[in-house]
Amino acid sequence: MSQQTNAPASEHDLAEEFLDRSTPLSAIRNLLHRYPAVSPAIVLIAAVAVFGGLNDRFLEPSNLSLVSQQVAVVGTLALAQTLIILTAGIDLSVGAVMVLSSMVIAQATVQNGLPAPVGIGLGLAVGLGAGAFNGFLVTRLKLPPFIVTLGSLNIFLALTLLYSGGATVRGGDMPGLLTLTGETFTIGGVNFTVGVVMMLVLYIALAMILQGTAWGRHVYAAGDDPEAARLAGISVQRVLASIYLTAGAILAVAAWIQIGRSNAASPNIGIDLNLDSITAVVIGGTSLFGGRGTVWGTLLGALIVGVFRNGLSLAGVDVLWQTFAVGVLIIVAVSVDQWIRKGRK
Amino acid sequence: MSTDSASRGEPILQASSLVKTFGRVVGLDGASLELYPGEVLAVIGDNGAGKSTLIKCLTGAEVPDEGEIRLEGRRVHFKRPQDARAHGIETVYQTLAVAPALDVAANLFLGRELRKPGPLGTVLRAVDKKRMRRQAREELSNLGIKTLQDVTVPVENLSGGQRQAVAVARAAAFGSKVVVLDEPTAALGVRESRQVLEMIAGLRDRGVPVILISHDMPQVFEVADRIHVQRLGRRAATISPRTHSMTDAVAIMTGAAQGSAS
Repeated sequence: MSQQTNAPASEHDLAEEFLDRSTPLSAIRNLLHRYPAVSPAIVLIAAVAVFGGLNDRFLEPSNLSLVSQQVAVVGTLALAQTLIILTAGIDLSVGAVMVLSSMVIAQATVQNGLPAPVGIGLGLAVGLGAGAFNGFLVTRLKLPPFIVTLGSLNIFLALTLLYSGGATVRGGDMPGLLTLTGETFTIGGVNFTVGVVMMLVLYIALAMILQGTAWGRHVYAAGDDPEAARLAGISVQRVLASIYLTAGAILAVAAWIQIGRSNAASPNIGIDLNLDSITAVVIGGTSLFGGRGTVWGTLLGALIVGVFRNGLSLAGVDVLWQTFAVGVLIIVAVSVDQWIRKGRK
Repeated sequence: MSTDSASRGEPILQASSLVKTFGRVVGLDGASLELYPGEVLAVIGDNGAGKSTLIKCLTGAEVPDEGEIRLEGRRVHFKRPQDARAHGIETVYQTLAVAPALDVAANLFLGRELRKPGPLGTVLRAVDKKRMRRQAREELSNLGIKTLQDVTVPVENLSGGQRQAVAVARAAAFGSKVVVLDEPTAALGVRESRQVLEMIAGLRDRGVPVILISHDMPQVFEVADRIHVQRLGRRAATISPRTHSMTDAVAIMTGAAQGSAS
C-alpha cells in the first residue's frame, strides 16, 4: 500500500498496514483521508498536462511566471483562510482586510510621509487589529464566524473607502520598499517576484508550525472536536483567538504582496478575493468541517485555480466558462471530501 | 463505613457539602464524597441525581457554589479542567474525548506536549515527536494495554474500544493520583466494555484510585470496592458490593429504601 502514497513521510508505512483494505475503493478513500493533499496534486498534474498539450505557450517560462504571480496574492490569502477553516470557521473578510491594510500602508507613506517600514508596520497593525476584532467576536461573544466576518467584511470595506476617499495610490509614488514585492529575479528562465517567494516562505513556516508545535496540534484538535480538545485541557478559545490574529498578520503580508503585484494600492482591487481564497482551500482538500487539511493542499488548490484560469484563457475559452469550471471544481472537491468523511465516521 | 474508612486511612480525594445550582435548577444540594487510596469507587444514581455535576466539580469542569474539595488533605480550588489535571486528577469521558485526526501518541500527550531539547524546543517550541512516541509505547505497555500496537495510527482509524483505551491510557499515564471514568463503556460494545473493565482493575492493581460513574449495575458490582449512591443532589449512601445486592442499590437510588448513610 505504501507504494501508492506519494507523500514524503515514510513513517506511516506500518500504520498503512493497520488500515482495512477490504476493497480498492475503500483503500483509495483511506489514502485520501490520510493525505488530503493527494487529490489536488493529481488534479494539478492532470491540468498542467492537458493545458500544456492544448497550447504550447502554456509551459513557456514567461507564462509559468505569470501564473505564479497571479497565484501569489490569492495563495497568501488562502493560507490565512486555511487556518480559519481548519478550526471549522470561515473568513469572508480576508479580501477586505488585505485592501484596508494595503491602503494604510500606501497612504501612511505617500500622503503622511512616514518611513516605509513604519507604513508596513501600520499595515501589520491593521491586519492584527482586524484579526483581534474577528477573533474577539467569535471567541467572546460566541458568534458564528460566517456572520462575524460577513459583518466585518462590510465594516472594513466601508472603512477602506472612507479612509482612502476611493483614490488609488500609484506605485511610482511609493518608496521602493513598498513595491519590492513586485520586483523580479530569474531562476532557470522563469521570472519570480519577491512576493511569490514571500508567499512560499509563509507556507513553509506555517507548515512547520502546524506539524511541529503543540499549538499546531491544538489547532487540529480544536477544529476536529472542540469539546474533546477542551476536555484534554486545551484552551480552545485561546487557540481560536490566536488563529484569527495569525491570519490577520498573514493578510497584512498579502497586502504588501498585492501592492507589488498591481504596482498600486487601490480600494477596488482584491475585495472579491475572499471567495477565491475559500475556493483554493476547499479544492486543496481542507475540510470545511474543520480539523483536516494541510497548507500544501491549499497551495495546490491556489495553483489549480490559477492554472485553470490561465490555461483556459490561453485555449481561447471565454472568461465566463473559466468561472464555470472553477465552480464545478469546488462542488467536486466538496463532494470528494464528504465521500472521504462518510467512510470514516 | 466508619470501620472501613479507619482501615483505609485518610481519603485521597474528599468533597464536603458541595452545592451547585444552575439558575433555578439545583444540581448538587450538599453532596459529599470520599475516595480512598487504592480503591475503585463507583458512583451511581438516577438521571438528574447530580452524578455528572458532582464529577464535574471534582474534575474542574464546573466550579461548585459552596462546599470544599480536598486532595490529599489539602484544600483545592479547580477553576478549569487544567487545574484538576495539574493536581493529578485525570478524567475519561463517555464521549471518547480524543482528537480523531491526531495519532495515538499525539493524543496521549495532547495538551502537555514534550518539546525538543535546546533552543529548538524553548525558542521555536518544536515538539519532540520521537520522544513522545517512545514514551507513549512505554506507558501503554506499563498499563498492559495490548490493543494498541502502533502509536502512529490516527485515532479515527481505531475501534471504539481502542479509542477508549487511548483515553484511559492518557488519564492513567504520567503518574496521575486519581482517575475518573465517566460512563467509560456507554458508547462501547460488550467485548470492548470488558477490555475497559480489565483496564480499570489494572489501574487499581497499580495502586491508582479510580472513580467510576456508570449506569451498568453488573459492571459496577463486578469492579467496584465501594458504591456511592447519589440521589436528589446528595449522597444517599455508600454501600459495599459485599454486603448489598443490586436490588438494595436500586432501592436506595430510587428512594424506596434508606441507605446506611455515612
